[in-house]
Amino acid sequence: MKQFLAVIGFSLLTIAAFTGYSNFGIPRIEPAPPPKQEKIDLGSMTMDQFIALGDRVLNGKGTCKLCHNDLGRAPMIKQIVPNAEKHLTDSRYKGEAKDLAEYLMESMVNPSAFVVAGFGKAGSNDTVSPMPDVSGGSIGLSEPELLAIIAYLQDSAGADVTVEIPTDAGDVAEEEEAEEREPLEDPLEIAAEFGCGTCHKIGEEEGDLAPDLRTIGATRDREFLRRSILYPNAEITEGFEEGMMPDDLGDQMFAVEVERMTDYLAGLK
Amino acid sequence: MVLLFGLLFVPPEVAGLDLIGLDGGVAFAAEDAATEAAAQADVASPYQPAPQLTEKDYPTFLGFNGRIFVWIAAQLHLWFAAFVLAVPIFVFIIEAIGMKTRDKRYDDMAYEFIKVSLTAYSLTAIVGGLTLLGLLVFYPHVMTYMTSIFKESMIFYALIFFAESACLYVYYYGWHWLQGPFKKWVHLTIGLLLNAVGTLLMLLANSWLTFMMSPAGVDAGGVFNGEIWDAMHNFLWNPINLHRFVANIAYGGSIIGAYAAYKFLSARTPQEKAHYDWMGYNANFVAIAGLLPLPFAGYYLVAEIYAYSQQMGITLMGGIFAWLFIIQAVLIGTLFLSANYYLWCGLGRSEGGVRYYKYMKYLAVVIVAAFLVWFTPHTLVLSNEELKALGGPYHKYLGPLGIMPAKNTAVNIMILMTYLSFLYYRRANKIAVVTWVKAGNAAQIALFVMACANIFFLGIYHGYFTNTVYKVAASIPQVLTTLLVIVIATVIDSMIYKNAKEVAPQRWGRVPPRSQYALFLLAVSFTWLMGLMGYIRSGIRQHWHVVDVFRDNSPDAFTPSLGYATNVISVATILFMAMVIFVFWLAQISGQKSETPGFWKEPGQ
Repeated sequence: MKQFLAVIGFSLLTIAAFTGYSNFGIPRIEPAPPPKQEKIDLGSMTMDQFIALGDRVLNGKGTCKLCHNDLGRAPMIKQIVPNAEKHLTDSRYKGEAKDLAEYLMESMVNPSAFVVAGFGKAGSNDTVSPMPDVSGGSIGLSEPELLAIIAYLQDSAGADVTVEIPTDAGDVAEEEEAEEREPLEDPLEIAAEFGCGTCHKIGEEEGDLAPDLRTIGATRDREFLRRSILYPNAEITEGFEEGMMPDDLGDQMFAVEVERMTDYLAGLK
Repeated sequence: MVLLFGLLFVPPEVAGLDLIGLDGGVAFAAEDAATEAAAQADVASPYQPAPQLTEKDYPTFLGFNGRIFVWIAAQLHLWFAAFVLAVPIFVFIIEAIGMKTRDKRYDDMAYEFIKVSLTAYSLTAIVGGLTLLGLLVFYPHVMTYMTSIFKESMIFYALIFFAESACLYVYYYGWHWLQGPFKKWVHLTIGLLLNAVGTLLMLLANSWLTFMMSPAGVDAGGVFNGEIWDAMHNFLWNPINLHRFVANIAYGGSIIGAYAAYKFLSARTPQEKAHYDWMGYNANFVAIAGLLPLPFAGYYLVAEIYAYSQQMGITLMGGIFAWLFIIQAVLIGTLFLSANYYLWCGLGRSEGGVRYYKYMKYLAVVIVAAFLVWFTPHTLVLSNEELKALGGPYHKYLGPLGIMPAKNTAVNIMILMTYLSFLYYRRANKIAVVTWVKAGNAAQIALFVMACANIFFLGIYHGYFTNTVYKVAASIPQVLTTLLVIVIATVIDSMIYKNAKEVAPQRWGRVPPRSQYALFLLAVSFTWLMGLMGYIRSGIRQHWHVVDVFRDNSPDAFTPSLGYATNVISVATILFMAMVIFVFWLAQISGQKSETPGFWKEPGQ
């Protein structure tokens, strides 16, 4: 009986050790809930809001950044629009697009129409793209969402935005977080919400791992500041390390919060 | 085991099942919401599209959480099934060894193994029935959809289950009857049949779950095209088959090892101790034999997941699940350390083994170092204060050890060192008599040194001097290096120690009791690890019953956090261990007899 109890005790201790380590030894992360389909009133949207929606879809539901990042799994997003014309005239192009907007749409719903050299499926000699049709499957972007991404890509590349906002309201997924909280109005509350003061000097926060933001408006314009929030690794201030700042703030913040933060920072002179 | 057995006996109208007609008019309340595309496809196909369910389509019953019920029942079923499928594989091999060597100890040991698995077989069926019940009650539409596609294979599964039962019972109850030159061949043939049908069962069940991960034979709306082979032979079927087959063997060995350890600790005579020590050693050998190739089967599976869907691969290895692999590293490190510790303790069985004690500490240092590298996370999720103190999300010196090439290097070194432990153990009571022993040893040392150098070179070059996409390119040549060393070194060692002299006899039973706890640790860690990996295999489907075609809209569609999941796994592990102890106890009392003088009437009274 003594041996029996010893074995039971030993087994329970082992299980308890694994459970304890899993609960307290590693960070507690709550996975994001499944995306919900929400009706959005596209009819009352401005083009800026539509572009901001494209930004959110691209960084969120679209999961584009899983591969289109600097790890080299897929072409960088910022290179897509500048290279589009060249790709449309490439002899390997198999699609039917006639302009930039059609090309961008085609590259999302039929990615194998043109595969950038070096990014094809293994063994396909760059004829088959590993990218899924993002209008179906687990990503399942609706037409308004696809158009919003096109608008965002065109806008962020400095091209004319040629798509129109659909008049009929479509199913557009908003992240759960965006549904749970309201956009913050006070820039310092936004900074606190996203922990900016951990690394930056802002308001009363005294972080020293990233540039001082207390007079940032004197040396940086709105465009630079907005880009730094959305793509923090696009340009690194001398003396600071790359990869320190989260690059998913565009996904986490409301577009209006990004704008408020940009305005606030631009005004710090 | 009998997950779908009950389907044959469930009236279709009870559970919304339509096993006979393809167009039997199964009416989903939620089907009204089916897409237009799916409806158009329906015109051309007699099969229904995947239903679009709402929360109301998931029944509740007495406040039970359906997902946790099915999760625990399915996990228990999987553990028992893995055990009862694996044991006949090595029982067959051990019996064949016994027949070849005419050493009855092997035959007796094989019989005792199969005796343990017989009771477990019944429990496998019981928890399989519970799983089926849970699925029918809580996920009737999912079952209806799956059944509409896999009905033939499910019926075949039930028939195969009958065949397996028949083979197992004849194999076990006919063990002592089928002895002798010819009858033993008959018995072995039945054992082979038992393994064939058991493996077939596993392949069938695997096809259902892999269809849910990488559906094939259906269109975007989930409409089945009628080719069952396409649905079964989906992209991830073979990778899962291979991974489970190897893992089952390792797992079966670990559970039998725990049985032998328990019997060893409670043995009262030296003979009993010797028998169960020998049994435990063989079970540990089986577990290690399965454990060594398991990481490679895992690489293959993950590579295929990436090949199937880059998005699924990144979900698997990044984000929340990335931390799961840190827990996995702790568990696999525990498995390797406990298996090695058991081998090192075993050196004491023979006086000849003492000469190798001095090397063990070095092996321990290398294995622990490799374990720590595997255990090192790349990106740390830190509090603001910790981030400030560290100066960034990556640790200055340890951060580089967190990337996959470093971990691949570590696991290959760990496997090589475990193999080296086994080589030392193998040599413990022997002295080589061949004239070229020095040259042979030198060749083996050179082989290990070159292999380690190659593994390090590949890991460092691909890890730190190439583009990110090529970082995993090191894994395959590293794996091949390790496998090659194991094969060549085994051949050389066998030749060196052919007709070797015995230094001192192996004294079975002469091991410290603490060595037996290494076997318990192996079994418990393996069980818990399997539960953890079951969570991630299912978890990467995220909010889909069948990825991309059949969405999970139940209230439990969210991915549980790691802490939540590990709590469920721990509860299931405790339940499983309690049932296993019951199985061990039954095996123990089945061999006991109580003398009851005066209780029964004497003949003629």
